[in-house]
Amino acid sequence: MNAPLRTPLIAGAAMLAVLAGVPLVADGYGLSLAINILNYAVLATAWAMFSGPTRYVSLATVAFFGIGAYTVAVLGDALPWPAVLAAAALVGLVVAIVVGLSTLRLAGVYFVIFTFGLTELIRQLVTWYEVNVSNSIGRYVFLDISQEQIYWQLLALGAVLFLVTLLLGRSRLGFALRIIGADETVARHCGIDTTRAKVLLFALSAVFMTLSGAIMAPRWTYIDPAIAFNPVMSFQVLIMALLGGVQRLYGPLLGVIPLALLFEYLGANFPNHYSILLGAVFMIIVYLLPNGVVGLARRLRKADRTASPAAKEAS
Amino acid sequence: MNSLRISLLRKTFGGLTAVNDLSFSVEAGEIVGLLGPNGSGKTTVMNLISGALAPDAGDIELAGRPIAGKAPHKVAHAGVARTFQLVRVLADMDATENVVAGLAFSREPTWGARAATRAGELLARVGLARHARTLAGELTYIDQKRLELARALALSPRLLLLDEWLAGLNPSELLEGIALVRSLKDEGISIILVEHVMDAVHSLCDRCVVMNAGAKIAEGTPAAVLSDPEVIRAYLGDASA
Repeated sequence: MNAPLRTPLIAGAAMLAVLAGVPLVADGYGLSLAINILNYAVLATAWAMFSGPTRYVSLATVAFFGIGAYTVAVLGDALPWPAVLAAAALVGLVVAIVVGLSTLRLAGVYFVIFTFGLTELIRQLVTWYEVNVSNSIGRYVFLDISQEQIYWQLLALGAVLFLVTLLLGRSRLGFALRIIGADETVARHCGIDTTRAKVLLFALSAVFMTLSGAIMAPRWTYIDPAIAFNPVMSFQVLIMALLGGVQRLYGPLLGVIPLALLFEYLGANFPNHYSILLGAVFMIIVYLLPNGVVGLARRLRKADRTASPAAKEAS
Repeated sequence: MNSLRISLLRKTFGGLTAVNDLSFSVEAGEIVGLLGPNGSGKTTVMNLISGALAPDAGDIELAGRPIAGKAPHKVAHAGVARTFQLVRVLADMDATENVVAGLAFSREPTWGARAATRAGELLARVGLARHARTLAGELTYIDQKRLELARALALSPRLLLLDEWLAGLNPSELLEGIALVRSLKDEGISIILVEHVMDAVHSLCDRCVVMNAGAKIAEGTPAAVLSDPEVIRAYLGDASA
């Protein structure tokens, strides 16, 4: 049990050490880009933690991200920072459990649509509250948190997420989710409480998304519901995870880095055609790489293996 | 005590009564065949016992504990394991993982090295020892059926539900399959067999329950029920009786 854990742990620790040094050498733009990539890395890995094994495609990523950001906007001045983060995690957890219990009996496309609708519902609720109760659509986040601190917090969150996902993949719960993804009926008849397993993982993944939103909030100084609950983000996270491949721990990362850079480039150079180009990227990825980069690599290796005996015979 | 008691079990789908006040019992270590023409409600009964469906009325007791209407995972923990009429293996996992799926979440969960060892024993028992690392999706149809049985046995069942598990086997495989099922009976596992292979029914079943249109029309030894005029009428129509 320990030997297979050592390699990813050492690799992870080495990467963490290197990445921790980025703010010391990067300029303002570089750091902002690095924060962006880290944020997407956390969101995509958290997304894949639940949606990868279970194959329940969730578009609620930004719902939790936005809840985190709004918790900071509301409580940021009132509480010390660690308490704000804890509060955000708690709100995300509670919402995820309620949503999970009511929706995870939906399967396939119904679940996808519900999670998308959920994001809109939360956005509209927040908008309604802000307009009718707070009398102002936007909020200001003035916190004394530097870009470097945001970066390091995200990195720490990413490290914890990496560790949790690693352990989960080797646990009974992780195995239960893979069985649920493969055949939920079989899972139930094998003695798995499928609802509990799914809600547990959905909530765990949501807590990481919420924390990511909370950590990112001070970056914006001004937020409104349209910024914090922008549905495009859910789609971006989804496509990043799918490009990388969700069956391996490092899979989503392989998708995050190229796509975060691509989205950055598209946003900066084609601001008016951004949505069209984004859609085109989605279609190309789904069409060409249905199993992601990891799946492609595995397919190539397999083709290699089946080809090699023939090659031997020929020689 | 692995006995099963079913009393006045009823299930309707819209206007169709799929199971109509059915009662029967299975004693510990007994093999009961559940027979009847297509659409007579056999698979529905299996689904009601295993928790896949909840009955509209009636009781199901396993070893003295009520299980009717409970969630499938709770029924599995109570000691019911099943195979599926259309074989359902976890195609992307290897044979060992498929069996560990049964071990890891059973009444007394086994995990890690012990589960791997136990899975190896169960695979050997159903004749799949050399396929321990083969992906389940790459196994032949017959081997997938064996794998399903190994997964069901991994749950250490008191009651095993075999839904046409012997269908599609060739004559020598059938003999092997029959011997395997008999060895389970000798361990004290109670078995309900839905089966159309009459050789298997004759050689395995202690008793048969025959259903037609959701109701029990005959019960007794295989030889007795299969010569019962009402049973023949149910299968072949009035003119033959």
